[in-house]
Amino acid sequence: MEILGLLSDGVMVSLMPINVMLILIGVTLGLFIGAMPGLGSVNGVAILLPITFLVPPNSAIIFLAAIYYGAMYGGAISSITLGIPGASTAVATTFDGRPLALSGRASLALVTAALASFIGGTISNVLFTVFAPLLATVALIFGPPEIFALMLLAFATFVGLGGDDIPKTIFSICLGLVFAAVGFDEISGAPRLILFDINGFLHGINFLVLAIGVYGIGEMIWTIENTRGEITTTEAKMSLKGIVRDSKEGMRRGWKGTMIGSFLGFFVGILPAAGATPGSLMSYGVAKLVAKNPKEFGKGHPGGVAAPEAANNSASTGSMLPMLTLGIPGSPTTAILLGGMVIWGLTPGPRLFTEQPDFVWGLIGSFYISNVFALLVNLAFIPLFIWMLRMPFTVLAPLIFVLSVVGGYAATQDMHDVWLMLVFGFGAFFLRKLDYPLAPAVLAIVLGPIAEPTLRQSLLLSSGDASIFLTRPIAGPITVIAIILILLPVIKAVVTRMRGSRENAA
Amino acid sequence: MRLAEILTAGILALLSIYLMWKSTELNVGYIRGEGPGGGAWPFWLAGIMLICTGFIAFNWWRRTSPPSQSDDVLLDGYGKRTLVLVGGGLIAFIGLVNIISMYGAMAVFLFYYLRFLGRHSWNLTLILSLAIPTTFFFFFEGLMRITMPKGLGFTEPFYNFLYSIIY
Amino acid sequence: MTITKRMFVKLAGATALAGLIAGPAAAWEPTKPVDFVIMAGAGGGADQIARFIQSVAEKKDLTNRPLVPNNKGGGSGAEALIALNGAGDPDHTILVTLNSFFTTPLRQENLGIDVQTFTPVAMMGVDPFVLWVHKDSGITTFEQWLEEVKKGDYVMGGTGKGQEDSLVITYLEQAFDLDIKYIPYKGGGAVAKDLAGKQIMATVNNPAETKGFYAAGDVVPLLSFSDERMPAFPDVPTLKEKGHDFSYYNQRAVVGAPGQSEEAAAYYQDLFKTIYESQEWQDYMASESLSPLWLSPDEQKAYWQTQVDRHKELLAAMGE
Repeated sequence: MEILGLLSDGVMVSLMPINVMLILIGVTLGLFIGAMPGLGSVNGVAILLPITFLVPPNSAIIFLAAIYYGAMYGGAISSITLGIPGASTAVATTFDGRPLALSGRASLALVTAALASFIGGTISNVLFTVFAPLLATVALIFGPPEIFALMLLAFATFVGLGGDDIPKTIFSICLGLVFAAVGFDEISGAPRLILFDINGFLHGINFLVLAIGVYGIGEMIWTIENTRGEITTTEAKMSLKGIVRDSKEGMRRGWKGTMIGSFLGFFVGILPAAGATPGSLMSYGVAKLVAKNPKEFGKGHPGGVAAPEAANNSASTGSMLPMLTLGIPGSPTTAILLGGMVIWGLTPGPRLFTEQPDFVWGLIGSFYISNVFALLVNLAFIPLFIWMLRMPFTVLAPLIFVLSVVGGYAATQDMHDVWLMLVFGFGAFFLRKLDYPLAPAVLAIVLGPIAEPTLRQSLLLSSGDASIFLTRPIAGPITVIAIILILLPVIKAVVTRMRGSRENAA
Repeated sequence: MRLAEILTAGILALLSIYLMWKSTELNVGYIRGEGPGGGAWPFWLAGIMLICTGFIAFNWWRRTSPPSQSDDVLLDGYGKRTLVLVGGGLIAFIGLVNIISMYGAMAVFLFYYLRFLGRHSWNLTLILSLAIPTTFFFFFEGLMRITMPKGLGFTEPFYNFLYSIIY
Repeated sequence: MTITKRMFVKLAGATALAGLIAGPAAAWEPTKPVDFVIMAGAGGGADQIARFIQSVAEKKDLTNRPLVPNNKGGGSGAEALIALNGAGDPDHTILVTLNSFFTTPLRQENLGIDVQTFTPVAMMGVDPFVLWVHKDSGITTFEQWLEEVKKGDYVMGGTGKGQEDSLVITYLEQAFDLDIKYIPYKGGGAVAKDLAGKQIMATVNNPAETKGFYAAGDVVPLLSFSDERMPAFPDVPTLKEKGHDFSYYNQRAVVGAPGQSEEAAAYYQDLFKTIYESQEWQDYMASESLSPLWLSPDEQKAYWQTQVDRHKELLAAMGE
C-alpha cells in the first residue's frame, strides 16, 4: 500500500492553491489548442516547456500534464463542431460526432465525448498506478512482427467502414497507403516517390494535410454546394437540464464503447510504435463490431463518439508508460516531455520509479486531478462551442476555411503543404460527389507509416520468411484473428450472393 | 454524373500508373532473404488502385453504381458558381499569403467572403475581418510561437513593430 | 500567458565583446523570431538537444526574439538543407545539425548543396558511439562478441543505411571480416528499445539513447568508438585500444544559412558561446555523455572539410 501513500501525496501536491490555478489555466489553454485544427497537445507542450522553467519543477510537471489533458479533450471539439479532426487521434470521433452535430445534437456528442474521455482517463490512470512496471515488460515483448500484426488487426476492424462500393473503398485505402509511402524509405534510406520532383514531398504527406484538405475544404465546399448555401443545422439548444439529459443518454448508449475504448486504448497506447491513434481507431471498429445494431454507427451513434474518445485519452496516459519506464516516447508529445525530464535532470528508464518516486507519483497524481478539471472546464465551455455552431453559416464557413489554411500551415510550416491541402480539398470534393469514401484514405495514411516499416523489419529479421507473423507466440494469434476478420465480410458477401442468385434463379 | 464517373476513373487510373512508374525508382521486387524492396509497397498498392479503377469502369459500363445511373450533371450552374467563387477565393487566399502575409491574406479573404458571398453588413464584415487576423496573430506568434509567412519585404516594418509589442 | 519583460542588459557580455569591434550601438540583434531549424524529426536525440538549447536561451532570457524550433527531418535532413539554402532571410535562419549535414549532400548530389557555403556558428559538442549487447547474451568483452558474430546469423539494429551507426557497423564488418544483418529503425530510441526487448542482438548507439536501460542493467557496453575511454564508462575499451585507428562521433553543431551577414553571424556565435558556457549545457553534456569540442568559426570550416572527406571514404566503403 506504499503506492497509495505516494499517490495521495502526489494528489495533495496538485491540490495546493497555486497548482490548482496552474491546472485550470493549463486545462483551458490545452482545450483551445486541441480544438484548433492543426494544433495538438504536441504544440502546447513544446511551446510551454520553456515557460515551465519559471515555476518550480513540481508545478511545471502539473502544468504540462494539465495542458496535455486539456488538449486531449479539445481534439474532439473540432471533430464534432467543425467536422475536421484536429489531430490523428480524433479522426474516428468525426464518424459519429459530425452526424450528431448536423442533426442538432452537438451537445449530446460533446457531452458524451467529455464523459467518455473522463472515464477513459480515469481507468487508464488506475491501470497505470497499479500495473506500470509490469506493463513495461509487455511493451518490450512487442517487436516489429507484433506491431505489424496489430496494424493488420486495426485494418481488419475497419473493413466494414467504407461505402457500399467495394472497388472505390479499396481504391481509397490503397491511395492512403501509397501517400503514406511518399517522402523517404526508412529501410533502404533513400528518398522515395518525390512526386513531380517537388522538394516539398521530401518530408512526406502529413496526415493533417490530407485530413484538413478532405474534411476542412472538400467537405465544406461539398456542403455549400449540396445544400445550395441554405444549410440548416437543426437549432442546437443548450440548457443545464439538457446537459443532464444528454449525459444520461450519452452514457446509456455509449457505455459499451467507453469501456472498450478505455481498455483497448490503454493497451495499444503503451506500445511505443503504435500509440493513441491506432488505439482510438481500433476501439471505434471494435465498438461497431460488437454493437447490437452496427448499422447505426456512422450515422450519429453516441457509442461511436464514446469509444474513440475514451480510447485516445486512455492511450495518452498509456503512452506515458513506455516514456517513464523505458525512456522511449510513444508519441511526439511524450517525446517532448521526455526532453523536458532530461532538462529537469531526471533520467527516464526502468529505475525512475525507484529513484524518483516523488516525481513519478506527483506526475500520476496530477493526471488524476487534471482529468477531473479537464472534464469540468470542458463541460463549462460546451455552450460556447454550441454557440459557435449557431453562427450564420456564411460566417462559420469562411472561419473554417481560415482555420484550415492556418492549421495546414502550422502542422508543417511549409507553404507547399497548404497548396497540397487545397489540391486534396478539390479532389475530395469531386470524389465525394461520385460516392468515393474518403475516410479509409485518411485512416490508411495514419496506419501506413507504422505498417510498412514493421512489415519489412519483420521480413528482414526472418530472412524474408513471411511465416514469422504466424509462428511468434503473440504475433501469431493476432494475425490469425485479423485475417479471419478481414475475410468475414467477403465470406458473408459470397454466401448471400450465392443465396441471392439461387433465389433469383428459382 | 455518368460522364464524370468514367472521366474520374480514367484520371485516377492515370494517377495510379504515374505512382507505379514513380515507384520503380526503387526496387519493386522481392529481394531474396530481405523481403520487399523499397518501391514494392507503393508499386503494388498503386497496382491495386489501377485494378480498382478497372472495376469502377466495369461497373460504369454495367450501370451498377449510383453515379453511373444518374443523368444529372456533375455541377449545375449553381455548383459551378460555388466552386468558382469559393474555390477561387481559396486559391486567391493562399496565393496572397506569399505577397501580403498570412494575416493580410486572411483579412482579404474574410472580407471577400463575408461581404460578397455572405452579404453581411459592412459593420460585421469589417469587424470580423480585422478582429480574426489580429486574434490569430497574437495566438500564433505570441502564445504558440508559430511564425506564419510574412509575405514580401514591404510588410516587414509593420511586423517588426508588432513583434516589439509582443516580445 | 504572461509575456516576460525582456531585460535588455541580458546580452551585456556579448554586446561588450561585439562593442570592441563595432561599438554597442551598431550591434546586430534579430528583429523577428529566429527560424531555428532542426535537421531531424520531433522526438529524436537531435531534436531533444535542439530543444534543450532553445530552452536554455529562453530560461536565461538570452535573445530579444524567440528561437522558434522548426523540425525539418525529411529525406535524412535534405529538407532542412534545402530550406537553409533557399532561406529568404538568412540573418534569421539557423540550423541544428548532426552528421547528416555531411552525408546527405554526398548521398544526394542532385540537391546541389555545398556545406562550405553555410555560416559556421557553434560546435556544441560531439556525441560518441558505443557498441551494446543485451545482458542475457552473456557477452562481456569485444572479443567474445566477435566470436559470437562469426558464428553467423547475427542481427543488429540501427537508424538506417547511410546513417551514423551504419557507417560504424560497416567499418566493423570490413575490419573484422564480419557478416551482420542490419535492421533499420526510425530512431535511436526505437533501436534501444528493441535491443532491451531482445528483438535484435546488438546496437551501435549514442549513450544518451541507451542510458536508461544501461542504468537498469539490461544492456552491456562492450566497446566505445571514442578517441579515449569515456568518463561515464571507464571500463569500456575503445576501438583504438584494439589496434584499429578508428573513432566516430556525431556532431551537435549550429550553423547559419548561406549568405548570413557577418554581424548576424557574430551575434549567433556569441549567443551560442554563452549557451555553451552555461552551467545547464555543461551539466547536460556530462549527463548525456557528450564530449566537449569547442571550435572557432574558422576551425569549424576546416572541421567540415575533414568530415566531408572522411564521410566520402566511409560511404564509398559502404558501396553507396
